[in-house]
Amino acid sequence: MSDKSVLTGTWFMNGDHACCEGALAAGCRFFAGYPITPATEVAERMSRRLPELGGIYIQMEDELASMAAILGASWGGVKAMTSTSGPGFSLMMENIGLGICTETPCVVCNVQRAGPSTGLPTLVAQGDMMQARWGSHGHYEIIALSPSSPQEMFDFTIRAFNLSEQYRLPVIILADEVVGHMNERVVIPPAGEIEVVKRRKPTAPPGEYRPYQPDADGVAPMAGCGEGYRIHVTGLTHDERGYPGMNAATQEQMMERLIRKIRANRDSIIRTENVFLDDAEVVVVAYGISARSARHAVQEARAKGIRAGLIKLETVWPFPEELIRSVASRVRALVMPEINAGQMVLEMERCAGGACPVRMVAHHGGALIPPAKVLDAVRKALKGRP
Amino acid sequence: MKIRKPSKEPPVHPKDSLLRVERIPHIWCPGCGIGTVFGAVMGAIQKSGCDLDRLAMVSGIGCTGRMAGYIRLDSFHTTHGRAIPFATGLKLARPETKVLVVSGDGDLLAIGGNHFIHAARRNIDLTVICVNNLNYGMTGGQQAPSTPFGARTPTSVAGSPEEPFNFCHLAAACGAVYVARWTALHIRLLTNAITEAMQKRGFSFLEVLTPCPSSFGRRNKMGSALDTLKFYHDRSVIRNGIDPRDALLDYDNQIVVGRFVDIERPTFTDNYEAVNLRHAMPSPEPERPQGRRKP
Ligand code: SF4
Repeated sequence: MSDKSVLTGTWFMNGDHACCEGALAAGCRFFAGYPITPATEVAERMSRRLPELGGIYIQMEDELASMAAILGASWGGVKAMTSTSGPGFSLMMENIGLGICTETPCVVCNVQRAGPSTGLPTLVAQGDMMQARWGSHGHYEIIALSPSSPQEMFDFTIRAFNLSEQYRLPVIILADEVVGHMNERVVIPPAGEIEVVKRRKPTAPPGEYRPYQPDADGVAPMAGCGEGYRIHVTGLTHDERGYPGMNAATQEQMMERLIRKIRANRDSIIRTENVFLDDAEVVVVAYGISARSARHAVQEARAKGIRAGLIKLETVWPFPEELIRSVASRVRALVMPEINAGQMVLEMERCAGGACPVRMVAHHGGALIPPAKVLDAVRKALKGRP
Repeated sequence: MKIRKPSKEPPVHPKDSLLRVERIPHIWCPGCGIGTVFGAVMGAIQKSGCDLDRLAMVSGIGCTGRMAGYIRLDSFHTTHGRAIPFATGLKLARPETKVLVVSGDGDLLAIGGNHFIHAARRNIDLTVICVNNLNYGMTGGQQAPSTPFGARTPTSVAGSPEEPFNFCHLAAACGAVYVARWTALHIRLLTNAITEAMQKRGFSFLEVLTPCPSSFGRRNKMGSALDTLKFYHDRSVIRNGIDPRDALLDYDNQIVVGRFVDIERPTFTDNYEAVNLRHAMPSPEPERPQGRRKP
């Protein structure tokens, strides 16, 4: 890897730029995108950085094309990504589905802003959480990570590439305007210390290779274009050869594989940071920028003698069901702050299953949730007050 | 005269090596022109002698889109309208691979119209073959951007109220380096044209008029597929080199076919490399790490 691809050192950098550097450090050499606030800085930096690394930056005509182009590049054997925000993310849904169905590794960074529609282009929200989960038609599993700082933008982008290569699917980074635009310290380690997952290639010769026959971990090795395998790749329901099969049996086989490869590997995909859980009476569960408000509130609560804990979701999809279920069974309440009118909190309620109350701290977007509001919710939860 | 003993092996068709024979029979209707175009594409590939591992086919959705499923090449059947941007990513990531895009008129020029325009403008090195059957065949023959004014379809029962596109004029105006139009009747000329287009560097475009007896022909009193071919035969006039804006599809009088554009222009990749070399990229902001370097 060229020296310039990993900018080892300690930097003062915004989240969008850190995302770009994370991608390059992970080996990304293709970016197709379309300018959109507040994700434009990812594209701008990519446009300057990729040519010097022998990579391609192409500004497409829209986000439909951007998403299609990164899938094409990925089949061409190059690690590829795009970045966007709400309106562009909506357009990408079509080909995110193609990426899921054809099991194409790539990364999509959504720097969220407030919606619906054009909404507040320059201001923060976390309103696309469910869109990331269910936005493309049909049923599928997805992986999404939620960074809460420029450092995590760097780290999680690398992890997003690794997960996408390992499990063969588009991995989504659910950042937000504040994380994207804030400048903070970002430590970039030496290249040798960065774990980079390489695409698993087939060992079977052409003729015997079945492009969608999974290995033991549920994931099939991936032959790319021009490698002599004469692969066929389609968004139609397909069998292990990649050939369309227009019947319920093929659909079932394909769906089982697409779902299983994620569900069966949940333990290695899901990461959370758990703080003060051992003796916590109330646990705040948060992700992205709101996890910072949550951490502050939990620290203040502890200083006041309140036994509060924190679960910071690094992986938001798949949702850490088992963890939430077990925590719900031993605490007095769960609290979730999020900058939407209640999305991930639905998952929390589902997992808590009535074992304890789940309190939401909602915000419609345009500003952060003040820690005091989270602390207030923690207090009320302890007193059992609405 | 010696009578040859019948072979125990099933006969091998000269194009079998390019076919995913295990996927035959195909889905196309009897009399459909797509098979003819497919045959011409395979003929052109064989004629060009290019390395089959350095050749890929990308299609969108629709009857023509299924070609990608039958050809024994690296082949990608993508989403409706997005064959060109997918192919753009593939080509730029794998420049040594020749990329053919095959799709229908609705796919490439209605839902995919914006991508078509910009790929031609950028001069992405793709050969795009548009099978124009004047309607949305797969969904049952609805009106498309190619449907002739007044033609009857299930979504224009009284006759289409819209003027159709002249795809060749559009392609040329957007910067395509090779533009030609033939019909499914002109097999030899079409095969030659595909070979020519594949040899071009840059965005080459071929429109092929094909009969769609099931969905379009039957509603517009065009008779059988053979009658449509006869119609093409009687009305086609070859006008090589004319200004594509004059290459009209006037179904009542004449259908202008031929090679209209054959020029040279730097491709996206040529320009990308030239520009970036010239610019000698400066390091992005910030210039230097802040504070201490990590050991
Ligand atoms: S509907 Fe028309 S275009 Fe489609 S396969 Fe049948 S004849 Fe061909």
